Amino acid sequence: MKENVVICGIGYTRIGEHWDKSLRELAVEASLKALEDSGFDHVDAIYVSNMMSGMLQEQEHLGALVATYLGLRGIPACKVEAACGSGGMAIHQAFLAVSSGYYKTVLVVGVEKMSDRTTSEVTLALASAEDREYVISTGATFVGLNALLYRAYMLKYGVRQESIAKFPVIEHENALNAPHAQFRRKITLEDVLSSPLIADPLHLLECAPLGDGAAALVISCEEEAKNNKCDAVRIIGSAAATDILSLYEREDLLTLYATVKASQKAYEMAGIKPKDVDLLEVHDAFSILAPISLEDLGFAKKGEGWKLIEKEEVALSGRIPTNTMGGLKARGHPIGATGIYQAVDAILQLRNDAGKNQVDNASVALLQSIGGVGGTVTVNILKR
Amino acid sequence: MKSLQTVGILGYGVYVPMYRIKAQEIGRMWKREGRLPIEEKSVVGLDEDTATLAVEASLNALKRAKISGSFIGAIRLGTESKPYAVKPTATIVAEAIGATPRLMAADLEFACKAGTEAIQSCRALVASGIVDYALAIGVDTAQGRPRDELEYTAGCGAAAYVLSKKSHEALAYIEDAVSYVTDTPDFWRRPLEPYPCHAYRFTGKPAYFHHIISAAKLLMEKTGLSPSDFTYAVFHQPNVKFPLTVASILGFKKDQILPGLLVNAIGNTYAASSLIGLAAVLDVAKPGDRILLVSYGSGAGSDAFSIVVQDSIEEKRELAPLVKDYINRKKYIDYATYAFYRKKILV
Amino acid sequence: MSVPRYWRERVTKYRLIGAQCTNCGKSFYPPRKVCPYCGSRDLKEVALPRKGKVISFTVIRVPPAGFELYSPYLIAIVELENGTRVLAQLTDVDLSEVKVGMPVEATFRKYLEHGPSGIIEYGIKFRPVIKGEDK
Repeated sequence: MKENVVICGIGYTRIGEHWDKSLRELAVEASLKALEDSGFDHVDAIYVSNMMSGMLQEQEHLGALVATYLGLRGIPACKVEAACGSGGMAIHQAFLAVSSGYYKTVLVVGVEKMSDRTTSEVTLALASAEDREYVISTGATFVGLNALLYRAYMLKYGVRQESIAKFPVIEHENALNAPHAQFRRKITLEDVLSSPLIADPLHLLECAPLGDGAAALVISCEEEAKNNKCDAVRIIGSAAATDILSLYEREDLLTLYATVKASQKAYEMAGIKPKDVDLLEVHDAFSILAPISLEDLGFAKKGEGWKLIEKEEVALSGRIPTNTMGGLKARGHPIGATGIYQAVDAILQLRNDAGKNQVDNASVALLQSIGGVGGTVTVNILKR
Repeated sequence: MKSLQTVGILGYGVYVPMYRIKAQEIGRMWKREGRLPIEEKSVVGLDEDTATLAVEASLNALKRAKISGSFIGAIRLGTESKPYAVKPTATIVAEAIGATPRLMAADLEFACKAGTEAIQSCRALVASGIVDYALAIGVDTAQGRPRDELEYTAGCGAAAYVLSKKSHEALAYIEDAVSYVTDTPDFWRRPLEPYPCHAYRFTGKPAYFHHIISAAKLLMEKTGLSPSDFTYAVFHQPNVKFPLTVASILGFKKDQILPGLLVNAIGNTYAASSLIGLAAVLDVAKPGDRILLVSYGSGAGSDAFSIVVQDSIEEKRELAPLVKDYINRKKYIDYATYAFYRKKILV
Repeated sequence: MSVPRYWRERVTKYRLIGAQCTNCGKSFYPPRKVCPYCGSRDLKEVALPRKGKVISFTVIRVPPAGFELYSPYLIAIVELENGTRVLAQLTDVDLSEVKVGMPVEATFRKYLEHGPSGIIEYGIKFRPVIKGEDK
């Protein structure tokens, strides 16, 4: 690494059903806010993180599209795609570009617009995160694959569903004070377990909602940020890893190998251990991914991640506050933008801008972004 | 011209879907009073059709034949319920059993006689030496018009037979066979029509009875055999009454035909009907037993066969599920589910 | 799915053809050129065993486009007798009857129809073992 890399601007839209805004409008809105926040009016490159624009909007070539609508003609720009993990991967790519010294400042903007399509169309598009030729042709859905994981986890470790389904309850509590969250309402464990089954045993309220949103980061080298007097947060670790794409082929269904691999690399780069992390953003597209991620990131032993949830160690007041603005479940999960929202939420904390949800003395935050059922995982570690 | 070979049955296999609807349940729907033609009939699940039934039966037949699909030189698939109006079903079966690409394959249509027509065709291909192994399939997922008499009986099933020249490996051989065909419009379905039409009482005497009895008599005349020479007889079974009447007219006793009379349990499986009946007989037959098989297909015609069981039946019958295994595997459905499974409800 | 794409995959989908690694011995479905477990490129195509047991399962209640007619339906991870894992639908079984560890066997079934005028997709599903197949 030649350069220290910092995030020096954030911008984001509320997550929800933006009936009146297009994909490009959302991307531009978040990008302009991030540029304004950073004080930069120009960047050297743009990375657009998005998964499904081709399928849902029939629009690709997002790099040039966003550059055009930001009036940044001439600069290099491209889309970064790693399914639901696109956001984390885009941050990783931006990190590599700036740390190499090739670009001084880049814009990362994550955007996804899902409300343009029906649930069955979005379901099919999301399923493209798995092997479309074989796995998805059987009628399997993305929710269904996570449900397979869920049943296997409960059976192997003898865990009651209540212990895992509590995670969305904690997240909804956090989202009450997050102005940009999609769902700002309290839910109870009973609400979760009595909500309709989507893919047994996964209930509706254990699944992240469909939503539209865009979030952007200005990522720069430390020196530029200093010159520009930015409120900057350093990226001290950034790593990505893949696993065998299809869940069913993995020897151990319950370990997301890519999480283990990426987090080990990121910890090493940052020179820290899990105990040094003050805040966590885990990719809880489905409740079951929370305990498994807590284990694979090193916060709990294998098969014991659910205990952190049951004992509320992951709540704002707990030992390791997790998804402090509501996570994918309550803050929202606009697929390609999600990894960027995770960074935004962590930076609000690290900047002491988290309002009622502020975690005291937070200095190190870890972001985990999952693509598919762990086919891709990125881990980015931020430090104030 | 080289002399024709006697043709053996190297393997047989059946498949009957697991869903059943009681005739009484159909009668309840239409407020029908009085006697019903059968007890219950088989119904395909949502993910089954003529091709999937045929594949299951063919894989069972290959198990008993103890050969892989790649040996099959010809497939003749007899059906009136093709998944595609144009595009062969036999190619789907050929691909699924691993018989592609070096084979002949075609679908045959002759109402309920299409299955035995497939046997006749395969028999000719083997007897002539054109192919060594041929697969004859009778299969249907026939539809009856709601409320029509045929709705009570139109069932679903498949039977497959691997034919090759007679050897000690064959579990039976075809001693002789005849066919009897006229142009008799007793039952038909025009293109693009979902349900068939029939000529009511005309389907009886001049159609079913005339052809079956004529074919059976022709065969017995040709071979010099009489009803007492046969251990078993199987007749096409559109309902319970018709085959029993034929048996009594020809002079067969009930115990000769009851082992192969399945219509009460699975319905009229059309092109598979007499061939599943034959399979049920093979499931219980002993070496040396002689079986009379007479099909009937509307339009109209009958094929009659004299089949002699060989020693290897004892060892081979256990290699795949028996007909009774499929008959006993059942789940009853109500009329609403039946209507949904048979696509009588717009979803 | 497109017609050529369906056609290309028909053999492995119809017949449960996989590949086995001659280095580590593991087999997998569908077949490929490089072993996903040990990286060896020395593989051979094999017909996989048709029987196995359910490892995990779910009920798809919100189906993807094209599968609406069949919903709710079962999806399971099945471990075949030689240890190969496959993912497939379960059929001929009530939603409430499925258990982890349940013995199942492959069956050839319809996957879906491309509308009333399009092609019909077929492939392997699994069902409870039929009596007579259990020997």
